[in-house]
Amino acid sequence: MKKTLFALAASAAVLFAGQAMADGHAKTKACFIYIGPTGDFGWTYQHDEGRKAVEAAFGDKVETAFLENVPESAEAQRPIEAFARNGCNIIFTTSFNYMDPTNKAAKKFPDVKFEHATGFKRESPNVSTYSSKFYQGRYVQGQIAAKMSKTGVAGYIASFPIPEVVRGINAFILGAQSVNPDFKLKVVWVSTWFDPPKEADAAKALIDQGVDIITQHTDSTAAMQVASERGIKAFGQASDMIKFGPETQLTSIIDDWAPYYVKRVKAVMDGTWEQVDVWHGMADGNVVMAPYTNMPDDVAKMAADTEAKIKSGEFEPFTGPVTKQDGSEWLKKGEKADIGTLLGMNFYVKGVDDKLPQ
Amino acid sequence: MEVWVSIIISVCAASTPLLLAATGELVVERSGVLNLGVEGMMIIGAVTGFSVAQVTGNPYLGALAAVAAGAFFSLLFAFLTLTLVANQVATGLALTILGLGLSGMIGEGFVGQPGIKMQALEIPLLSDIPVFGKLLFGQDLIFYLSIALVFGVSWFLFRTRAGLMLRSVGDSHTSAHALGINVIRIRYLAVLFGGACSGLAGAYLSLVYVPQWVEGMTAGRGWIALALVVFASWRPARLLVGAYLFGAVTIAQFHAQATGIAIPAQFLTSLPYIATIVVLVLIARNRRATIINTPASLGKPFVPDH
Repeated sequence: MKKTLFALAASAAVLFAGQAMADGHAKTKACFIYIGPTGDFGWTYQHDEGRKAVEAAFGDKVETAFLENVPESAEAQRPIEAFARNGCNIIFTTSFNYMDPTNKAAKKFPDVKFEHATGFKRESPNVSTYSSKFYQGRYVQGQIAAKMSKTGVAGYIASFPIPEVVRGINAFILGAQSVNPDFKLKVVWVSTWFDPPKEADAAKALIDQGVDIITQHTDSTAAMQVASERGIKAFGQASDMIKFGPETQLTSIIDDWAPYYVKRVKAVMDGTWEQVDVWHGMADGNVVMAPYTNMPDDVAKMAADTEAKIKSGEFEPFTGPVTKQDGSEWLKKGEKADIGTLLGMNFYVKGVDDKLPQ
Repeated sequence: MEVWVSIIISVCAASTPLLLAATGELVVERSGVLNLGVEGMMIIGAVTGFSVAQVTGNPYLGALAAVAAGAFFSLLFAFLTLTLVANQVATGLALTILGLGLSGMIGEGFVGQPGIKMQALEIPLLSDIPVFGKLLFGQDLIFYLSIALVFGVSWFLFRTRAGLMLRSVGDSHTSAHALGINVIRIRYLAVLFGGACSGLAGAYLSLVYVPQWVEGMTAGRGWIALALVVFASWRPARLLVGAYLFGAVTIAQFHAQATGIAIPAQFLTSLPYIATIVVLVLIARNRRATIINTPASLGKPFVPDH
């Protein structure tokens, strides 16, 4: 089934791209590979907003194309290469496990620029990696959760145990413990990025287990709706989900990819594109907090203060003292985590009520 | 106790869409037609149900429209495979792909809108009985329909003349044809019924389960329903067991995770599939009975010789 869909998708890509060739490369072509549908109102939706911003910024000087629902496996190779073969000048691959296919394709097509989101491998000079420090927002959320929770336990709906997700969980609990040292976090893994009913099930299970704040690292608005129905509070993910929980959403981490996409496409146009490895955060405007709602003023003020401190560089969430889940010391007092450990994070800090799947 | 009620209601919600779609497909396959387009019909139902409910403000109208849309969409499959005798497997797959694409297009304007939830019925007095009241009398209409449908289909297939005719068409269309049964007409009706059920299953997702529209929100449930039909060896009662087992294990493993139990999450998330397959295979371990239950003409094209 997947294969058939795939062949279809790949041939569609070739069709699209064929048209660009006819123009004789008059336009710069920016292409995007998406993990989910553009209408997920979460992760992929935000990347697609970035694509639209590229179109808006350069008008008819640019042409864009995208493929949705591309599986995160070796099968991603074909559509990426189909894009490269057919006139795309720059290709954004927007999910972690496109890492190896992207690097393989980059070796085959040295003239095409590749941009891989959330990864860390840059095996040839035409591959850049980019990501955002979403964990900064997670820390703020953790602080809010600890202030707002009556049970002292929050629930976390997680997708896959990759460093990006583990980092978010750890930042959240560290933020919460900075307010309430005994705060607990329950984690449920759904093994998918996008499955609204399953995300809803996970939220229901967590609430039945006594959590009164829900946060998620999956892509749909389902958990927000469940939280709203059950009358508890929740955090949005990737987009501002306030419409799905007007009395539920405390805030949401909004991924704003537009500035980066516009800048990188411009660089290709000007011939100034160079390999980079960027990890932008709140300070660069890539991680934006939705308005602090449904909370008392003092909590909102605390959140805004932390946000301002992170923005100014005065504070970094992963600063010691931090103890790992197994009780060993990770960071000494005042010590900051090194970037390598953060990027490859594969352990929990103290207070997470879960065994990390390895 | 409250918690258990809430858990059981979660299980019902997780099982209902699977049960509905699988019951429809069971009837289709009993008539000898293999429609792999369940996922496509479901998603068409989901988008239609949601958009009609949004426009009219009435989730029941939405559900009705979803039933009609699912049936209408399956008509395309019926026309291609029964009238034009196209390959059923290929056509079913095409129906799924078309449904996923088409629903994305229809639903584009509805993305990001919170939907109207079909509320639970809350039958006065009865639903106030502690514990059982809420479970038995306080759920949504589609849930009751799905249970009634399984028993209805079981009765129809094994206790009525029309059901016997349908099964005979599925077992040997040539013999049925020789007996003067209109094979194509029965198969058309079966496919339409399957489409209607899938449509309703989709509407359950977008109107009850998670009242919103997002592309691809069925997320493979149509395929699970298809698998359930086979593992239930085309018996409605086993389908009920299978769908509820799948739903129960799905919910139970989330609870196991939330309690922080030290079992790898990857194993727990795959548990619903493993448990359902194992249990249904054990139930169907009588090979002869299984062979008798399998529609012998399943997926085979039929061209009446005039």
